[in-house]
Amino acid sequence: MRSHDSLRAYWRANVRLIAVLLSVWFLTAYIISIVLAPWLNQFRLGNAPLGFWFAQQGSIYVFILLIWVYARRMDALDRQYDVHE
Amino acid sequence: MSVEVWTYLIVGLSFALYFYIGYTSRVRDTKGFYVAGRGVPPVANGAATAADWMSAASFISMAGLISTLGYDGAIYLMGWTGGYVLLALLLAPYLRKYRKFTVPDFVGDRYASNTARTLAAIATIFISLVYVAGQMRGVGIVFSRFLAIDIAQGVLIGVAVVAFFAILGGMKGVTWTQAAQYAVLILAYLIPGVALAYLLTGNPIPQLAFALSDISERINQIQTDLGFGEYTAPFQSKPMLDVLAITGALMVGTAGLPHVIIRFYTTPDVRSARYSAFWALVFIGLLYTTAPALAMFARYNLISTLHNKPIEQVRQIDWVAKWEQTGLLKIADKNGDGVVQVAKGKAFQEKGGKPDFNAPDMTNPNEVYLDNDIIVLSTPEVARLAPFVIALLAAGGLAAALSTASGLLIAMSSAVAHDLYYRVFNPRAPERLRLLVGRLAMLPALAAAAYLGINPPGFVAQVVAFAFGLAASGLFPAILLGIFDRRMNAQGAIAGMLVGLGFTSVMIGLMRAPQLFGAAQPVIKDFFGVSAEGIGIVGMALNLVTALVVSRLTPPPPTHIQAIVDSIRVPRGAGEALDE
Repeated sequence: MRSHDSLRAYWRANVRLIAVLLSVWFLTAYIISIVLAPWLNQFRLGNAPLGFWFAQQGSIYVFILLIWVYARRMDALDRQYDVHE
Repeated sequence: MSVEVWTYLIVGLSFALYFYIGYTSRVRDTKGFYVAGRGVPPVANGAATAADWMSAASFISMAGLISTLGYDGAIYLMGWTGGYVLLALLLAPYLRKYRKFTVPDFVGDRYASNTARTLAAIATIFISLVYVAGQMRGVGIVFSRFLAIDIAQGVLIGVAVVAFFAILGGMKGVTWTQAAQYAVLILAYLIPGVALAYLLTGNPIPQLAFALSDISERINQIQTDLGFGEYTAPFQSKPMLDVLAITGALMVGTAGLPHVIIRFYTTPDVRSARYSAFWALVFIGLLYTTAPALAMFARYNLISTLHNKPIEQVRQIDWVAKWEQTGLLKIADKNGDGVVQVAKGKAFQEKGGKPDFNAPDMTNPNEVYLDNDIIVLSTPEVARLAPFVIALLAAGGLAAALSTASGLLIAMSSAVAHDLYYRVFNPRAPERLRLLVGRLAMLPALAAAAYLGINPPGFVAQVVAFAFGLAASGLFPAILLGIFDRRMNAQGAIAGMLVGLGFTSVMIGLMRAPQLFGAAQPVIKDFFGVSAEGIGIVGMALNLVTALVVSRLTPPPPTHIQAIVDSIRVPRGAGEALDE
């Protein structure tokens, strides 16, 4: 049976997961792809400067991955706390 | 067969497909009309969302914009994809669980306030109207460029097509045609993209060629020689702070756009809403990772084809001759040496925001004008592809414009018919009347779209910043707090919305005074270094702070409202019938 406490725990776990994933989102988009881009451009991925590559390619791949991880982890959390459909 | 015959054939076939899908998915109830009966599987909904999101501008102009901005083009690439992370983690699953039809539904119910509902409905209508004008314009331009049909006629054809499947099928018709339109537009984008990548680098996959080929080194070299900054170097056109702000405003704005949010109402359950967001970004990412490759390759190719070549020789190239005729490309031999020079600066003087081809700008040595649209539109010819690819590109541009326009029409008509008419003015309206009003509300929206498409206000590009700014500073925080802050009450949310929307509108008005009000000068240039495009993120922060402070100084929301918050946080029960 879903108790009040278990629903609170489910929500806390969800918020924790969101916080972790959004930190990665923030780091990728704003720190790596923008703030550190000039410095990262001294390194190369293949032939492309790394900061530039992150800003125009890598960040998008990370965004896709983040949503996938969230959907997968939430499947597990939904079942664990018995709140799935 | 000639390009024109191919174009009639392929555009005609694609329209026939949309008509067929629209007809087979016609609906008889409001649930079908507003949320497609909630029966759309995640992959299909992802494709529909991608087509809904990617507009005529994404398809035709974005690569060109990036190619002039170089690294700084990342503001659009990240700004228009990163918002999906916010949508998937912070909004979509909970709004889906709420089981209502629209964004103002949630805002109005959660804060038990028709003021909040009306504010949200007006913001929805305004944002969508701004957006739809650009789409209809895109339709007209594609028709006029590829089929020599007058822009006004092109717009009317576009409106008629959208009207057919949107009025008949509502959200259901729109969803399934959007999914088909995604297939058309992505094919039309990838074929020339792959061909150009292969031609210039020998690697057919644009994303790999982007990283592995030496084009980035070569274009940096050329740009440095010609006096441009390096293509890959950050902050050539905008300072870092503004790049941060614009990226943030576009991300948050994306997550707050009503026509995007309502796409997640159509899935069968909360879990599918999450996977829909994943598929949507996969499908969007396919185009958004191809665009910067296309941008860089095409710019390299254009400069190296044109620069330091005799003008007579250049004008013998088929696509140069063709696009010079249409005004997408113009060469002016300013120094009379018979050789083309590419350099920094504008080739022609500007008149009313457009280059005046009779008046070369003699203050700089640049002799070539390139319209942003040429990067995508010229690719099939530059890559020497068969005529049917050019025709496919026309169908793709139309698919991008029509799919976005239809999503916007649904958002607008639901704000009028469902939120304002049914929820505010006539809550007793029976189901059949509500459906009828929903269909009728499409007509003024279609008329407005047609009018704005044929007579575009000169400031369309300027007001798009407005749309994102309002979505970011008004709708996004109100929804976010409604889900994540149980203590948030109507006073806080309304105060926050008013401060956020007010601040953002005033700032954009001041910074864009010349375009919006015909002033000679902007009243202020920027807000501590943040431009009009990025100001929405500041407005959002002000909204959040105001809402939190005001809500803590006023009584907590009543228990039945807190119960709504508890219920939307739990996925189970999203599929249950709800009679409203």
